[in-house]
Amino acid sequence: MPQRALPYLLLLPATLFLLVFFLYPFVQIAVLAFSDGQSFTLEHFQTMVGHWKFPATFWNTILLAAIVVPIQLVMALAMASVVMRLKTGRNTILYIFTIPLGLSDLAAGIIWLAIFEQSGFLNSLLVSLGIVGKPILFLGYQNIWVIFIAVVLAEVWRATAIVMVILVSGMGLIPKEYYEAAEVFGASPWQRFRKVTLPMLRPSLQTALILRTIAAFEVFAVVVALGGTTLPVLVGETYNWQFNLRDPNVAAAYALVILAISIAATLVYLRVLRVPKGATI
Amino acid sequence: MTDVASNDQPQAVAEVSRAGRFVFVAGTVLMCAWVLVPIYLLLVNALSSPAQVTGFPKTGLPGFDFGSLQFFIGFSGVAKALWNSVLVAVLTMVFAIGIGAPAGYALSRFDFPGKSAFRLLVLMTRAFPLPLLALPIAVMFIQVGLDDTPIGLALVHTTLAIPFAVLITFSIFSGIPVELEEAAWTLGCNRAQAFQRVVLPLVLPGIAASAIFAFTISWNEVFAASVLTVQNRTLTAFLLQSLNVSPLHLKFAGGAALVVPALLFIFAVRKYLFAMWGIANR
Repeated sequence: MPQRALPYLLLLPATLFLLVFFLYPFVQIAVLAFSDGQSFTLEHFQTMVGHWKFPATFWNTILLAAIVVPIQLVMALAMASVVMRLKTGRNTILYIFTIPLGLSDLAAGIIWLAIFEQSGFLNSLLVSLGIVGKPILFLGYQNIWVIFIAVVLAEVWRATAIVMVILVSGMGLIPKEYYEAAEVFGASPWQRFRKVTLPMLRPSLQTALILRTIAAFEVFAVVVALGGTTLPVLVGETYNWQFNLRDPNVAAAYALVILAISIAATLVYLRVLRVPKGATI
Repeated sequence: MTDVASNDQPQAVAEVSRAGRFVFVAGTVLMCAWVLVPIYLLLVNALSSPAQVTGFPKTGLPGFDFGSLQFFIGFSGVAKALWNSVLVAVLTMVFAIGIGAPAGYALSRFDFPGKSAFRLLVLMTRAFPLPLLALPIAVMFIQVGLDDTPIGLALVHTTLAIPFAVLITFSIFSGIPVELEEAAWTLGCNRAQAFQRVVLPLVLPGIAASAIFAFTISWNEVFAASVLTVQNRTLTAFLLQSLNVSPLHLKFAGGAALVVPALLFIFAVRKYLFAMWGIANR
């Protein structure tokens, strides 16, 4: 076997697999969304946009991402800074912080359901403290905003870990000399964080924000577990059109909307947080 | 600072740093509690009887009653869903490592035209909402007879797991000095023998970790599983589709069944989490 062919041979299975199960379905999803069997049509998009639920669905998803991602970024920065400063018990704390990384969004939804449902732990606490007289129905359709808050909490709880892991590994790459130099010049811890950590962390921030924002647009099981279909989101509606309304074409149109906002977000991050050439560590 | 104050100054600084230390420790404890308490509350519910789960007010202590869990295990469809979840996850693990590890090895050991194109393809998969691909794949599977099979779902989950498998194995192979392999070649091994006798024993723990990670990805996935399975539902698909009809204690027991294995998996791979995200930054 010629040596030159070996790397290609090793890459062949992965490449073929991604072509069949990644690139081809993308073409297919566009075909589903834009055709009615024979010819090009925008009918499915018109059906989607014309449905009364669409505006709420779209803005719920955007708003959730716009609230969840910044909170996660701040919390992950705090957690990562704590981890970096720890001397004893670093591994234990790190393991605890990363636990939610391994949990599914459905499990996270069920966990927060245990807290927010009517006979749940939040009501138990509120009643025993005498703040309310009888348990409140938090997750009913009368107060969608409570469902919204519960989803935000569950998402922040579940997916901050992934941001933190990326930031911790990024912080590990920042040379100690930079901090020592900053200290020599009398920079306070806050200034060191602002002037050294944040700029040096730019590549990690970019990765983390792209991954998290895309995942935030995909929010689904958490919302279903906490609010059923009361709080419609894009993936939930995709599922709804696929199964309950049995219209895979409109479902594909929804999928393309999610894809479009994901790509838009990625491009924005790549542009805003671009790393100047030659400025990497 | 005046000279008079200089006497007290060290004490003041010590006090400030003690206060800072206290805030730091309190903050750390608070963050740990933020992560752990919700999980604890779920386990409390899972370890209580159905009556205790719907009872009010809650004490926050488990009843150590296995009624909910027994009901969950005995509930029609649960045993099969659990089995399907394990089966799909094992298949995903095998596919992801079988396909991803050779690619990781090639990326770490060779320089060749097209290398950056392949890396781009792998990184691209992470910038897309992959589970949505289940929609066209569902159509594709009906045509080839893979619909509603564990293998079909495992193939989709493999798409999710492959980028991680490639990147983790790449970083693991990169950690093995190429000189070790070269030494084996000079001692008369060919490439395959050198790989098997020298590299493989060294990378096995890392490969195992990335296999477990692939397992976890499949175990946790909800959307594709719900779209692609009807009769052969996995545990996540089963729980999702019965959410609006199932009683609370079934949900919580099911949630615990999802969470507890995941806790163990993450514990097993904790050392490697950073290796793979560190490399993902470049």
